[in-house]
Amino acid sequence: MPNPLEAAARATPAPLARRVRGLSDRAIAWIFVAPTILLLLAINIFPLIWTVRLSFTNYAANRPNREVEWVGLRNYSRILTDDGIWANMQTTAHFLVWTILLQVVLGFTLAWLINRKFRGNDLLTTLIVLPMMLSPAVVGNFWTFLYQPQIGLVNYAVELVTGIPASSFSMLGPGGLAKWSIIIVDTWMWTPFVMLICLAGLRSIPDYIYEAAEVDRASKWRQFWTITVPMVLPFLMLAVLFRGIENFKMFDMVVLLTGGGPGNETLLASIDLKREAFEKWRTGYSSAYAIILFVTVFGLASIYVKALNKVKER
Amino acid sequence: MTGFLTGLLRLRRGPWEMLASILIALGVVMLMQPFFLWAYTWSFLVTLVGTVMFIVVSHFPE
Repeated sequence: MPNPLEAAARATPAPLARRVRGLSDRAIAWIFVAPTILLLLAINIFPLIWTVRLSFTNYAANRPNREVEWVGLRNYSRILTDDGIWANMQTTAHFLVWTILLQVVLGFTLAWLINRKFRGNDLLTTLIVLPMMLSPAVVGNFWTFLYQPQIGLVNYAVELVTGIPASSFSMLGPGGLAKWSIIIVDTWMWTPFVMLICLAGLRSIPDYIYEAAEVDRASKWRQFWTITVPMVLPFLMLAVLFRGIENFKMFDMVVLLTGGGPGNETLLASIDLKREAFEKWRTGYSSAYAIILFVTVFGLASIYVKALNKVKER
Repeated sequence: MTGFLTGLLRLRRGPWEMLASILIALGVVMLMQPFFLWAYTWSFLVTLVGTVMFIVVSHFPE
C-alpha cells in the first residue's frame, strides 16, 4: 500500500514543493509566531514606548491641536516632589500593608485548619473561596449597601455588639473609618486566594517528614516552626507578591466603594492617576505618573517571577 | 557573605539578582514611606536602577 505522505509529495507541483522545502524549521517557526509578536507590539509595546515619549512632554489629550512642548524630566521631578502624590503613595502603602498582613495571617490559619481531614471539608473549602469568584464591581456595590449607615447590616452588627447607635457613624464617610472599610472588603474577597496557595504548600509537604519528627519526639509546636513554616514560606512569598502587585494597582473596588473619598482619605495612586489623565487631562504629566507606577510594578513582578521559579524548583 | 561577594565579582546570576531585588524592594519602600520626602524623591531612580539591573543580570551565567 503506498504511503499517503509520499503520494501527497509526488502530487505537489515541483515549483511549490521546491519553495516549501526551501523554508528552514526556524523560518516556519517565525511564520507561526510572527502574528502574535506583531499583535503584542501593537497593543503592548507601542503604547508603552508612546507613553514614555509623552511623559517628557506637556501633551494634553483634550487639546490635540495645541503645540506639544518637550519638557524633559520636569513631569517626573514635579511628581516626585509633590506632597499630595506622596500622601497618595502612603494611602496606597497603608492599604497594601494591612491587606497583605491580614490576608496572610487569616489565609494561612484557614489553610492550616482546613488541611485536616474532617466531614464537610470540601463543602467548607468551596464556601470559603466563593468571594474571590465574584466580580470586584459586584463586591463594591453590595458592600456599599452593607456599609450604608441607615440600612446597612454592618452598622447594625456594630450596634448589637457595642451599643453605639447604627446611624451615628458611617463606615465610608468622614471619621477615619473609610480606609479601614476598604481593607475589610479586600481582605474578605482575597483571603481565600492566599488560603488556596497556602493549602497547596501544606499539601506538598510529605507525611514522612512529620513521621520522622515524631520519631525524634519533636513537639507539635517545634514541627510547626521547623517543618511547616519553612516549607510553606516560598508559597506564602508568592501569595504576598501576587497580592502586593494586584493591590498596588487596585482601582475598581475602591472607586465603587468610596471613589477615593471622603476628601482624599482613600485616594490610591491608581485612582489619582485616572483623575490626572481623564479628569484634569494632563496627559504628559499622568504618563510620567503611569511610568513611575509601571516601573514599580514591573520591579515587583521581576521578584515575583524569581520567587515563582524557586517554588517550581522544589 | 564571602560566597555572595565572590559571586558578584565573578558576575554570577544569583548574587546579582539578589542585589537587584534588594534595590527594587528598597525603592518601593522609599516610595511609600511617610518619613522623608528626599527618600520619596529618589525612590523612582532606585527602583528603575534595580529593575534594569534585574533584566541585565538575569542573562548572566548561573
